[in-house]
Amino acid sequence: MAELTDLTVAEAAAKIAAGAISAAEYFAAWREAAAADDLNAYLWRADGGPSSGDWTGAGESAPAGEGVETPYGANAPAPADSGPLAGVPIAVKDIFTTEGVPTTAGSKILAGYRPPYTATAVRKLTAAGARVLGKTNMDEFAMGSSNENSAYGPVRNPWDRERVPGGSSGGSAAAVAGGLAPAALGTDTGGSIRQPASLCGIVGLKPTYGAISRFGMIAFASSLDQCGPLTRNVADAALLLGVLEGKDPLDSTSVGLGGGLSLPSREDLTGLRFGVPKEIGEGALDPGVRTVFEATIARIEELGGNVTEVVLPHAEHGISAYYVIAPAEASSNLARYDGVRYGMRAAGDEDLVTMYEETRAQGFGTEVKRRIMLGTYALSSGYYDAYYGQAQKVRTRIAGDFDAAFGEVDFVVTPTSPSVAFGLGEKTDDPLAMYLNDFFTVPMSLAGIPAISIPAGLAAPEGAGDGAPGLPVGFQIAAPAFGEQQLLEAAHALEGALGFAAAAGDAVPWRGGDRA
Amino acid sequence: MPELEAVIGLEIHVQLATRTKMFCGCALSFGDEPNVHTCPICLAHPGVLPVPNEEAVRFALKIGMALGCEIAPRSIFHRKNYFYPDNPKAYQISQYDIPICGAGKLGEIRITRAHLEEDAAKTIHVGESGRIHGSAASLVDFNRGGTPLVEIVTEPDLRGAAEAAEWARLLRETVRQLGVSDVNMEEGSLRVDANVSVRPAGTEELGTKTELKNMNSFRFLQRGIEAELERQREIVGAGGTVEQETLHFDPASGDLTSLRSKEEAHDYRYFPEPDLVAIAPTEAMLAAARESLPELPAERQARYETELRLDPEQAKRFAGDPALSEYFEATFAATRADSETEDDSQSDTAAIEPRVVANWVSGDLIATLRAADKTDEDFRDPTVPPAALAALAAQVATKAISHGSGRKVLTILVEEGGDPKAIVEREGLAQMGGDDGELAAIVAAAIEGDPAAAEQIRSGNGKAIGAIVGAVMRETKGRADGGEVNRLIRQQLGL
Repeated sequence: MAELTDLTVAEAAAKIAAGAISAAEYFAAWREAAAADDLNAYLWRADGGPSSGDWTGAGESAPAGEGVETPYGANAPAPADSGPLAGVPIAVKDIFTTEGVPTTAGSKILAGYRPPYTATAVRKLTAAGARVLGKTNMDEFAMGSSNENSAYGPVRNPWDRERVPGGSSGGSAAAVAGGLAPAALGTDTGGSIRQPASLCGIVGLKPTYGAISRFGMIAFASSLDQCGPLTRNVADAALLLGVLEGKDPLDSTSVGLGGGLSLPSREDLTGLRFGVPKEIGEGALDPGVRTVFEATIARIEELGGNVTEVVLPHAEHGISAYYVIAPAEASSNLARYDGVRYGMRAAGDEDLVTMYEETRAQGFGTEVKRRIMLGTYALSSGYYDAYYGQAQKVRTRIAGDFDAAFGEVDFVVTPTSPSVAFGLGEKTDDPLAMYLNDFFTVPMSLAGIPAISIPAGLAAPEGAGDGAPGLPVGFQIAAPAFGEQQLLEAAHALEGALGFAAAAGDAVPWRGGDRA
Repeated sequence: MPELEAVIGLEIHVQLATRTKMFCGCALSFGDEPNVHTCPICLAHPGVLPVPNEEAVRFALKIGMALGCEIAPRSIFHRKNYFYPDNPKAYQISQYDIPICGAGKLGEIRITRAHLEEDAAKTIHVGESGRIHGSAASLVDFNRGGTPLVEIVTEPDLRGAAEAAEWARLLRETVRQLGVSDVNMEEGSLRVDANVSVRPAGTEELGTKTELKNMNSFRFLQRGIEAELERQREIVGAGGTVEQETLHFDPASGDLTSLRSKEEAHDYRYFPEPDLVAIAPTEAMLAAARESLPELPAERQARYETELRLDPEQAKRFAGDPALSEYFEATFAATRADSETEDDSQSDTAAIEPRVVANWVSGDLIATLRAADKTDEDFRDPTVPPAALAALAAQVATKAISHGSGRKVLTILVEEGGDPKAIVEREGLAQMGGDDGELAAIVAAAIEGDPAAAEQIRSGNGKAIGAIVGAVMRETKGRADGGEVNRLIRQQLGL
């Protein structure tokens, strides 16, 4: 079956549509591959089968008012034979609700929860013929950059099992990179798609805020959260985005892309202007990452692109603003987990307040509690203006910086992450060091603009001796809001020129080149 | 010690009678089996998002316009964060610094704002306390959770308990006539809280206020405020200070008990709701709301007082009862139509004063309906259509029949319906005039029959005339005109 799982999603979909392979055999091949998960990438797999029907909550079914089929597991209908993603299995981050199928958001507090409805993004995939292959591990409520904040154990990076895959969509990234899924759905609040894609050597796209419905995406920071694909290549990202995007009547903040999306075909960058933020020169960046970044810039110029320096004067305050806004919203979004209606409830509920306190004390992990505390403080009477209000001003300034930059260039490019994958446990005791992983990705999240990370090369970790095996380095390209088509075209052209997968050869884990 | 003046502001929650909840598609209900009108959204399942109910926005616009409020071009929702079992998201979606409706005025009372929000679920605390603390268990019914609410806040312009209750009635009637709410206080679709303080009369500075809750009728609202004013006046009169707190009014005992003090006040950590975009009503929405406004009680009362010169009580009664008011207007119009079409020069219906027509409607008709064991609302039942009452009123006004006879005709109309003129003829109720001498003869006989009364009248006791008038009326079966009878008695007694 190795041949089937070597196909990209676009290739497989085309073959299935042409009748060259059957949807059923393709799905079966991936089911087998996913069953071999030794990265802790999956929290639930379709081969386990859901024991649905034990949700005892009151009420009606999906709020859309339509009957929802449950396209998962042993009882799922046969893979569809039509639709742009007919027969394609997708790994779905466990932050998306899936009716009848366990959905935990990586948290103990949602242990045992089987949602009564399915997220719009997942419904769109299944409506296009795709099938859910499994639910992937993640940092608890998407809070983290290493996947070590999962209540269900860390995910291992398929390039080096002693290293993290990044986060928070670590399970999705590892599943795609490790050959456990052809493509995956993730979410990105401050870099949670792009950073793990970078650390795992795959493509991760965070679309414009509002491009894809957030309905059924368990909220971390509502004004920043955005769904996006993690794929082996840019074309697959475009294929998935084309299915996922759209205004959703169940999400007031969704707008869609308008005019849809076509598969990227561009192979040169002639006439396109790329801006490198001046501030990168000052930032902390691993030498190996810098080398790959500079080589990629050179490649852009070879392809006819014009590279200049731009200034994003407020971007350096992005992390500070982000770590006020995101926790503030999270403190409110996570207040509903009280043990009353669903999920975990602590024993010893002698009175309501004790039950609330015990449930939340036992159900939430350390990082989640830290952010709830931070956010609650930032919103408190008397502190609002100094923290939340101020952070929103910074956010506006950063968006203004990008507006100004896009007056001069078509794209802003940066490294995705300041380093390659770091070791398990390396940064768990230093939250600030962990937060700095998002240094290059947070500004785009605050500005709400689309950004993609593509694998650009390999670099040895800092401090590793000569001859240490290289780890993937991601290259981030950001575009103006709703500029996804242009972004994907540029990324596709650059991807072709970089030839990452070919250059890395057998080192690519999905080819079975896992060396650890 | 100067007199302590009452300073009262009201906060009114109006449940909107939309088909569905504020942010999800669940049906609104009252009195249904608990927890049947719920969905993942109003139960705050992970991942759900609110979508505003457009009808609720339209209703809020109507309320705002009826209260003369400024409508915000872009208003936003905020999250009001608090933990309580009635609030599954642990925040209420409400409006904070930019409400949909800004400053306005109803009657003489200034409106601070009116904003959209969602109702909480209903909690029932089992146990003696009836409150969450010390209860054996708490039950939650999420049917109500997420019902659209408009909260209306007034400036502290009310100066007494009775005035507050009176104004609240006007507000209820206004909202009711907009057709946007059931405004039923007992069922909780209208809830009125009062902010009460006292201050020395003539001063401007506001005293410390307390907030009164749970007054589920206008009577209780008035009693609650009265009780609180009395309590505050005692405290301040004795040199003490009022503490800021929330008080629960117990209608059974009339007691006020403290719910929470300022020290326990919540920090709601308001912040803009990131799941929703601004409400920006289109010109079309604004125009539609404006055009849909009926003539509202305050305007209608003013029109009746100034244009029709009805007395204020009667004007208010009609203004507060659209159906009765409509009946009155139709009757009044019919009296005018009659005078235009009728050639008979004797007919002088144009002389019927609006207030006379009003008396026929709100006095005679209602009294006759009640006497016939019908309800006040049976005027809707067209056995007495406005045209018939107008014709009857015209007969009395032109003295074709006496007022007493008019009432008899009305009784028959209420029972059987029919044409007033035909009834007058059938029953032989035509007015006995003074010209043919028939009435004069009956008067003479009545004076003769009660010489004692006649003597008293002559010696200046005007009241004694009643006995003789009564005798004449009995004899004429009410067909005589009272004024004419009086005149004849005096004439015959040489007065």
